[in-house]
Amino acid sequence: MDLRKSYFADVRKDDLHEIGQPRPRSDSPGHVTGKTAFFADRNFPGMLHLKMVRSPHHHARIRSIDTSEAEKHPGVVKILTAKDVPHNVYTILILIQIGPEDETVLADGKVRWKGEAVVAVLAETERAAQEAAAKVKVDYEVLPAVFDMEEALKPGAPLVNEYHGQNYYLYDSGECRKVRFGDVDAGFAAADHVLEQSYQSSPIEHAPTETTGCVVAPEGNDRFTCYTNTQAMFFTLDNASIILQMPGNKLHFVGGTVGGGFGGKVDVIVEPIAILGAKLTGRPVSFIYSREEEMQISSPRAAEKVVIKDGVMKDGRIVARKVTGYTDAGAYSRHSPYGAQKGAGHYPGPYTIPNVWIDTYCVYTNRTPSSAMRGFGVTIGDFALEVQMDKLARLIGMDPLEFRFINAYRDGDMKAHRQPTEGAALIECMQEASRAANWPVAEKFMAISSYVKGA
Amino acid sequence: MAKVPVQFTLNGSEKAEFIDSGTTLLHALRDKIGDTSPKGGCHQGTCGACSVIIDGELRLSCLTLAETCNGAVITTTSGLSEGGVLHPLQHAFLDTFATQCGFCTPGMIMAAKVLLDHKPNPSRDEVVEALSGNICRCTGYEPIIQAVLHAARANSQNAA
Amino acid sequence: MALALHTFATVKEANAALKSRGSRYLGGGTLVVRAANEGDVSVSSLIRSTEPSLSSIAVTDSKVRIGASVTMAAIARHPDLSFLTKAASAVGGPAVRNMATVGGNLFAPAPYGDFAVALLALDATVGTDDGETPIETFLAGRDTNRAIVTSVAFALPKADGFRFLKVSRVKPKGVSVLSIAAVLELAGDGAVSSARIALGCMADRPMRAKAAEKALIGKSLTKDGIAPALAAGNEGTSPITDPIASAWYRNEVLPVHLGRLLLT
Repeated sequence: MDLRKSYFADVRKDDLHEIGQPRPRSDSPGHVTGKTAFFADRNFPGMLHLKMVRSPHHHARIRSIDTSEAEKHPGVVKILTAKDVPHNVYTILILIQIGPEDETVLADGKVRWKGEAVVAVLAETERAAQEAAAKVKVDYEVLPAVFDMEEALKPGAPLVNEYHGQNYYLYDSGECRKVRFGDVDAGFAAADHVLEQSYQSSPIEHAPTETTGCVVAPEGNDRFTCYTNTQAMFFTLDNASIILQMPGNKLHFVGGTVGGGFGGKVDVIVEPIAILGAKLTGRPVSFIYSREEEMQISSPRAAEKVVIKDGVMKDGRIVARKVTGYTDAGAYSRHSPYGAQKGAGHYPGPYTIPNVWIDTYCVYTNRTPSSAMRGFGVTIGDFALEVQMDKLARLIGMDPLEFRFINAYRDGDMKAHRQPTEGAALIECMQEASRAANWPVAEKFMAISSYVKGA
Repeated sequence: MAKVPVQFTLNGSEKAEFIDSGTTLLHALRDKIGDTSPKGGCHQGTCGACSVIIDGELRLSCLTLAETCNGAVITTTSGLSEGGVLHPLQHAFLDTFATQCGFCTPGMIMAAKVLLDHKPNPSRDEVVEALSGNICRCTGYEPIIQAVLHAARANSQNAA
Repeated sequence: MALALHTFATVKEANAALKSRGSRYLGGGTLVVRAANEGDVSVSSLIRSTEPSLSSIAVTDSKVRIGASVTMAAIARHPDLSFLTKAASAVGGPAVRNMATVGGNLFAPAPYGDFAVALLALDATVGTDDGETPIETFLAGRDTNRAIVTSVAFALPKADGFRFLKVSRVKPKGVSVLSIAAVLELAGDGAVSSARIALGCMADRPMRAKAAEKALIGKSLTKDGIAPALAAGNEGTSPITDPIASAWYRNEVLPVHLGRLLLT
């Protein structure tokens, strides 16, 4: 490992014992011997298996659900529908006061995306649960669906989610998150060139090797132990407590060992229904996504659309930037209102621009609900911003790295969000990247600093 | 449901169980015998997390019915370390930081062991080929490849 | 109904057992156990036979017979079948190749079934207890065929006469964008005297590229010589669309890869 200590030499502490030293991972001995206990490695006598009956339609009204034949199937112990769930309509961010509750644990009267959970079957074996699930009869009236964000925002589009009343998340700031800084119109008018470009992405699945799931054991004293691979342990416990209308002290969550998460295991989906199953049957319950469910049912990264309009001077200064971002939440909020808000917080990128206008929308469609994934709300935006930066550099005939040096934020610069910049190390990162990639830039850029004034 | 007897040698010890007919070896090992080192990642033969060694050959326990393994000699990753002494492959995986979440690790080690059993000094391409049925989603392939090459070198030095 | 495995010493007994509803033959397990794991409850009875002939390979001077239970790994390491090593190794990773059988590969839906593409180019016959069937006929009726496949047989191609190419996005192991196998014979002047070309993923099962075969006769294996064959390569194709590639893409790239195979 090579630590470049020339950067920040005057503010560096060099008496650190751990940083810069290789240390063995504490979990590796368990991994290489196969002894690490993942949630599915817990096995209990009499454990039931939960399989979900899912919606085959993108948008439909449920006329009726008939579980009579499934209940008679050999090995079936319990069948759960919406009426069995104490607090069936929930939203996970309610814990930080981001409502409204807009999603059903089990569909109640309506399904809003293909794959939505409708009926849970608990049986002695996986096979019996699968066979019984095939015998559940759901009568649907198919409704018009909308899959495109711009279509969803048009007047007259099918309403995806009645709990919102419109196909976008209503922030306290209105129909979108907004940032206003300086005067963008004046900036565009003064600019030598204006470039407006549109960027978009598709949903991306995390595809962890270990699928989402949990194993729940009733402890005999009205308490339940939930072995889970959630990435959000107490978040899940608190939401399960709300959904089940059960005090948190009745729930014991065991986890922390995750076979790949990447943000895909922060939704509260499997635990509440499995705990409910264990409560109503008095038996341990295992609910583990199949590979197909992991790929098709678990939340992906949201599809995004980003429209960027920039005003740039011939000397390389960006003088105005207007960004409109759209985040496709799918049918339910989950983490997407936060993701769209992060986008507003992240634009205009790590650049100092005097005139900025940002609108970011969280849009509902009849697609699989999206949620968290590695830098959600930011990663796709960065792709768009940096492609835009290259295009701008080409437009004014400037080296793309030098163009970024000119606009890079430095300590003390005022950000569009009216926070002064501190701790920015972008200049130094680019200097090192210039060396490492053998992409030379003018000497003056190699002499500046992100924190020494006038340098 | 008809129970059927299965009997095989697992990591050097005799195992005999009555199982439901049609049970996969993965479920028999994990749920009946209690060896949870093989992992179920896809149950469709794609990820390799359930890899075990049956009669010297790498197999996917998720697609193998336990009944077809009567009389077989089966090795899993939990059986590699003897008396608390790690196998050279396990050592190498530790030393090269070849684990991240750890879910693919037992399968990777099985695939690597079969390779080194047949080819003590493999080329890098041969290592890549031997691991090609095992997916690591944390994208740590390079340290894993290095671990197998390290283990091969350690073996040949010990033999010399 | 729960799943149950029934093992029979002879193919004849296994064939009789297969007549019952909900039964399927178990080869290496990479198709039927996978389906059961994924919740296909239509199969409740798995049938297999341990008859030794199913696992044998016989190579004579001119003819090859491979038992249906022979695995891809066994073919890949057989000293007399080295021309097939590439095709057998194209199937799955090492563990899958230790399990997947010749018989099973004949039933693998696209994008799987790379080895069956090789067998189609070799103009194999497929053996059951009812007799031998040309592979093209067999593949066309495979969805309804109930007799257990016991073997495949084909004439040994002339030295260097067999070519195989699998195109995938991930190396070294990946699902097929497409696969191509060809058996070519050349006259003394280097002109193609006979050609059989088989394609994988260009329909829901392996298919012959007959227009390309015809366009190749009498031509030399040069860029200009193969041009008419490449132009005819897509005739009759109806490729699958899956997460690996769209039908459009497969049709677009087929001539490129066919060209590479013919010019190697």
